[in-house]
Amino acid sequence: MPEKTIIPVGPYHPLQEEPELFKLYCDGEIVTDIEWETGYNHRGIEKINESKTFEQVFFVVERICGICSTSHPFAYANAMEEIAHVTVPDRAKYIRSIVGELERIHSHLLWVGLAGHFIGYNTVFMWAWKYREPVLDLFEIITGNRNSYAMFKIGGVRRDIEEKDFSTILTILDGLKPKAEMLMNAVIDDPVIHMRTKGKGILTRQDIIDFCAVGPTARASGVDIDIRRDDPYAAYPLVNWKVIVAAEGDIFAKAVVRFLEIFESISIIEQCIEKMRKEKPGDIEVKVKNIPEGDGSGRAEAPRGEVFHYVKSDGSNAPVRHKIRAPSYVNVATFKKSCVGQTITDATLALAAVDPCYCCTERMASVYDARTRNKILDGTGLIRMSQEQTRLIQGRKSKVEGQRSKVEGRRSKVEGRRSKE
Amino acid sequence: MAQVFYFFIFPGLLFASVAGGFLSWFDRKLTARLQFRVGPPMLQPFYDFVKLLAKETIVSSEAAKSLFLMAPVFAVTGACLSCVLIFIPVFGIGNGFQGDLIVIFYLMMVPTISYIIGALASGNPLSNLGASREIKLLIGYEFSMLLVLAAIILKAGNTVSIHDIILLQQQEGAFIGSLSGVLLFIPLMMCVQAKLAFVPFDLADAETEIAGGIFLEFSGLTLALAKLAKYIMMLVLPSFVIVVLLGGFRLDGIHILWSLLKLIGLVLLITLVRNTNPRLTVGQSLRFFFIWMNLIAVVAILLAYAGL
Repeated sequence: MPEKTIIPVGPYHPLQEEPELFKLYCDGEIVTDIEWETGYNHRGIEKINESKTFEQVFFVVERICGICSTSHPFAYANAMEEIAHVTVPDRAKYIRSIVGELERIHSHLLWVGLAGHFIGYNTVFMWAWKYREPVLDLFEIITGNRNSYAMFKIGGVRRDIEEKDFSTILTILDGLKPKAEMLMNAVIDDPVIHMRTKGKGILTRQDIIDFCAVGPTARASGVDIDIRRDDPYAAYPLVNWKVIVAAEGDIFAKAVVRFLEIFESISIIEQCIEKMRKEKPGDIEVKVKNIPEGDGSGRAEAPRGEVFHYVKSDGSNAPVRHKIRAPSYVNVATFKKSCVGQTITDATLALAAVDPCYCCTERMASVYDARTRNKILDGTGLIRMSQEQTRLIQGRKSKVEGQRSKVEGRRSKVEGRRSKE
Repeated sequence: MAQVFYFFIFPGLLFASVAGGFLSWFDRKLTARLQFRVGPPMLQPFYDFVKLLAKETIVSSEAAKSLFLMAPVFAVTGACLSCVLIFIPVFGIGNGFQGDLIVIFYLMMVPTISYIIGALASGNPLSNLGASREIKLLIGYEFSMLLVLAAIILKAGNTVSIHDIILLQQQEGAFIGSLSGVLLFIPLMMCVQAKLAFVPFDLADAETEIAGGIFLEFSGLTLALAKLAKYIMMLVLPSFVIVVLLGGFRLDGIHILWSLLKLIGLVLLITLVRNTNPRLTVGQSLRFFFIWMNLIAVVAILLAYAGL
């Protein structure tokens, strides 16, 4: 048996923004085996939830992941509504779907950017993230937050989307379409990207079934699963859309599936808005007084795949047991198939191709004046500034452009003040 | 005494690092603008260098200390010497000597080899991996580079002196004006890209794969010197292309502007290539150089032989 080198990817490695250790056992450049260790970032959320009330749990599960921060509340709401036997009003369903799909768009754009970064294509990285920015603005208009939206509650949603916002949402989405298309063509038609991604890290249909992989990872290998269709929830049965499936199972197919899902999501949002116009404004929740004894499970299709929540209630105001399964948990296991036998170069890309979830987005930041070294903004200041911008951005609804330039002007001023690069 | 001045002040270390620093800034700024970013201020490469000088230099206990610490010094020395040899005939300080083209070819290899030595001496598995990648890549592109040089020597009427090559081009027009010259430009620029370790050939220090590879263990002074060598190569390599293919530099009157434009244009080209391509793997890069670039170079040699 030849001597093996262990190439560590993690616990801190530029490829993985979260602490996670992959040990690549290598024979030269070829990966012969892979092992991984997780748990560096364990926060005990399931246990924490047992000490929270049902309503508070929403805010905890939202913080499991910063990127798909609505999929966990989505699944949790589905679980709670199963226990309480509540039917959510249609308008709330549409709003939920809109938030969920916007999240899919921004998450997929984020992945495209990161994937570009991983193969050394930083231009795609920056461009994808630039085009993702208006989607985050949309979140701010709809929910008041760029991330961690706090939109969901048992029986409905917390905020209505007002009639006058519809046109803004549609305008921004219309603006996004050509940009996403341009980005997609740039990636899909690039011969060098073909060389790097086609036929690399292949997961066959059988592999997906063996490992129970979910989401775009599964759909790129020809496994036609999507919780939105298979276990309908929110407004997904009420609109027309199709599940994107590709057969190849390589990294390229995963990128194609994600790109096409962006367009599918845009179409879902447009249909939801069209149908919302017919619903009564303000009819966004059913009041739920008590959670009866019992248990319920909820599923939601996060950008990375199926999120599963199980909640057990004993009739009090807090869950007795809360079980969460995030999609990356199953998708990460496929590395055993997709990375072994590849070169290190391709294996690292295969690691990133399932879009493992980075769940540590909480940051504290300060802004210093570059010249005088005085602290301009600390944590509270930044929060105040963000609230101010939210007010501005929500006030701009009618005259989109004028306000936008004001916000941008202020933003660039702040950027100038930050340290030089 | 004059040699010391040439090496340390002009056109050696000081001149090359200042000019190279600005070219490196241009590359970074342009990259930033292409990516909707603001980009660094003009003096950023020098800030980087000074900041790194003030940082602690860490030597791992696994490392072969002296070799590891000397490697960046070799890199800077090699880069500086090649710069001196290229610019002495350009600035008319001297005429160089018969055969300096070959010497420059070897000297330009020195920084890369120094990085490899430093990485292998560092005792880090990721650095070792980066070094082994760099060695493979080196074998790939240096052969193409040699073929290109052979074609250029053939075109220049079997002279191997930079001075004669520049003179010939200034009398009879730049080599790129001919068919073989245009063909030679492609493999030469690709070799330059690989020598600078820019995308698509940055697999030796691929940050997202092997966390910086050959540069991973360098810190403080050693990293500062490695960076300095990179700045200098940023000036040396495009200048070399200009000297052997694009008619050299002319420093009289308006021609200074034209020479500067050539230099900036080449850096622009390098930056564009590195911002519109993903990274290649080792096998792909080798295939690219061994098959395609060598093929182009051989065709160019035949054309040059036929006088085209």
